Amino acid sequence: MKDKKGNSRRKFLSAGLKIGVATAAGGLAAANVFEEPPTKGEKIKVLTTDGTVIEVEKPVTDCKINPCVPAKGVEARKGIPGRSFVMVIDLAKCKNARKCVESCQKGHDLLPDQELMKVYLMKDNPESEPFWFPKNCFHCDNPPCVKVCPVGATFKRTDNIVLVDADRCIGCKFCISACPYSARILNWADKESYASNDPSYSPETQVPGQHGTVSKCDFCPDRARVGKLPYCASSCPMGAIYFGDKNEDAVTNGEETLRFKELIKERVGYRYLEELGTEPNVYYLPPVNRMFPYERGFSKLSEEQKEILLNSISKP
Amino acid sequence: MKAQVKANELLLENKAFIEKPNKQWFIRVFVLAVLICIGLYALVLQVIEGHLITGMRDNVVWGVYIVNFVFILGLSYAGALIAGVFHLARVEWAKPLQRILKLITVFSLIVGPIYILLCLGRPERLFNLFLYPRIQSPITWDLIAILTDLIFCVVYLYFTYIKDFALLRDNSNSLNLYGWRKKLYKFLALGYQNTPEQTKLLNQALDIMAAIIIPTSIIAYSLLAWLFGMNLKVGWHSAMTAPFFVLSAVYSGIALLIIIMWIYRKTQKLEKVFTDNHFLYLGFALVILSLFYGYFYFSQYITDWYNLQETANRLLDKYLDFSQYGFHFSIAIFLVAFLPSIIIGLPWFRSINSIVLTSVLVLAGLWVMRYLMIVPVLETPYLPMQDFRESWVHYSATWIEWSLTIAGISAFILFFIVASKFAPIIPISEMLEKKGENKLVIFYKTRRKLSKK
Repeated sequence: MKDKKGNSRRKFLSAGLKIGVATAAGGLAAANVFEEPPTKGEKIKVLTTDGTVIEVEKPVTDCKINPCVPAKGVEARKGIPGRSFVMVIDLAKCKNARKCVESCQKGHDLLPDQELMKVYLMKDNPESEPFWFPKNCFHCDNPPCVKVCPVGATFKRTDNIVLVDADRCIGCKFCISACPYSARILNWADKESYASNDPSYSPETQVPGQHGTVSKCDFCPDRARVGKLPYCASSCPMGAIYFGDKNEDAVTNGEETLRFKELIKERVGYRYLEELGTEPNVYYLPPVNRMFPYERGFSKLSEEQKEILLNSISKP
Repeated sequence: MKAQVKANELLLENKAFIEKPNKQWFIRVFVLAVLICIGLYALVLQVIEGHLITGMRDNVVWGVYIVNFVFILGLSYAGALIAGVFHLARVEWAKPLQRILKLITVFSLIVGPIYILLCLGRPERLFNLFLYPRIQSPITWDLIAILTDLIFCVVYLYFTYIKDFALLRDNSNSLNLYGWRKKLYKFLALGYQNTPEQTKLLNQALDIMAAIIIPTSIIAYSLLAWLFGMNLKVGWHSAMTAPFFVLSAVYSGIALLIIIMWIYRKTQKLEKVFTDNHFLYLGFALVILSLFYGYFYFSQYITDWYNLQETANRLLDKYLDFSQYGFHFSIAIFLVAFLPSIIIGLPWFRSINSIVLTSVLVLAGLWVMRYLMIVPVLETPYLPMQDFRESWVHYSATWIEWSLTIAGISAFILFFIVASKFAPIIPISEMLEKKGENKLVIFYKTRRKLSKK
């Protein structure tokens, strides 16, 4: 019995990979990975890499990537095999609803003034119209923050994600100053829910947080494991944030699933401050053909706050 | 032998300053200890309450602490560099300065790194630097450099003390000392008896240490400069950073040397040792260094200003805007780049007191320049700072940071007070060596004659 269980687990692991490859080949892409409801005992047919069709048991849980639980310790440094996570943000759709900020704060147990996802008001040049610019960590392929860490508390994984191990972080803040995108924050204030060396802590969830250590956007790999989009992408009312896998060539905002390469090619996607050579993994679609004026984003702000934003506007 | 007699005389002449301390001495120590305790109280508060009670926030992650760190370590490397160069070049008039220079080196090397610990969010995890070291990180470079430098400098300082410890041991009966000090001198002198063999060995060791210390201090301070230079930030990311840091260090070192020299000249009546000429020579060095400083600064910023990149533009605006850093910048740049030329360079204002005053102002100006090199740059990220919390956008240090700064300076002064009570502040034995007696055997040994005779 025990043997059988272990066997099916192994089978499942390889099946998970095969599903990924097969869906990419079929063009159905990540829609399956993120939206499929679980069914019990059902068999599905998948195409393997060598072209044969095999039948595997459908997973019982929501688990999409094995193991479904957030990785800890050394495992958390490796990354999910075969994945290459990427985010695309459609600036034409953002109206500063701030749902991404709020849900991220809730999900990561942050204080109201701690923002791993920030929404900036930007302007390309004096003639152009301002636009809203949601900005998280870009999970660079050449991350300046990882280079400068003296203890290896922040690291780059094979699935593109850059994470922080708060159990190791000494709080020197060098990575905060090294990041050209101001993506990192320190847990300045102490909170009751904070705990050091907590057994449930994983760099993938960053919960519970730790006082005096660095925190940043983590791309929510723990949610990807159970087939969910990151907090920001799943909560955006406009569907402006697409998340997906470069290897599958698919990104989704939960409503529509698009081919990543085509999307970037056709909509002339760009990466912020490309000239710094950091190779970000977050792409932006230019704010053209917008559905509403940017002023609508001011609805939640006071006059004073509006003034601050308009005064600080600069080119992205 | 004559030198020996003279040394004994000089030591006994100045014996009051190393004999049992009087009330005044204890009062000074007490005041400094109180200042240090206030700093320690601030430190305890910071550890308990967290960094939120300092002025540091997510944009300006390093504030006054790192300014102090950079500034004080600069003094240290300057002390080592100047002492080494003076020693190897056999600059006769500079011999009395050697001890002050080496004490500056070691004491600032002890005080400086404390400030980087104050910056850490989790100081209790410092051991992680040794458990999981990453050689890619400039902080690891710094760690190695500072530890190496500390070892070399302490050894060098000790070597230069040996002759005087022997002198103190030999004269301990004619001095009013506590018994333990006599024993300690005997131990520390390592049985040095001033025999030709011992003198030769010790002098060779000193030459080797001086030669080691010069490159070590330049490398160590360059590595510290790259803490900033390796950063992608506009204002730091420049090839100038390391040479500029080394120059500023030597500049601040000379200024501090003049101040300490003046204090000991006044308090210990050392007019014959620290002569007017010492102040003049070092004053002229200050003028030359100030001009170099101005030149370096100008070439750094003219290149940024001539073709204004957007972020650089925002940064330079802050230096020139009088509602932001305009006042700090214009006063500081006047003090460090122009004042020495006017006060010391021109004959009309030149006097011992004016040279000392200029040194004090230069030192303060250099501190402000370090502040302006660090804080405004951190306040100018690529992205606009769209934060509605004022303290998150503009850094201003709190009393915690200031009291710890004062505590650091007090500790530095306290070290000096204790050290100059323990042994003379002038290297008596070294000073009285005859000119040419201590030849540079190791480095100057030449196979053939240099000049035909």
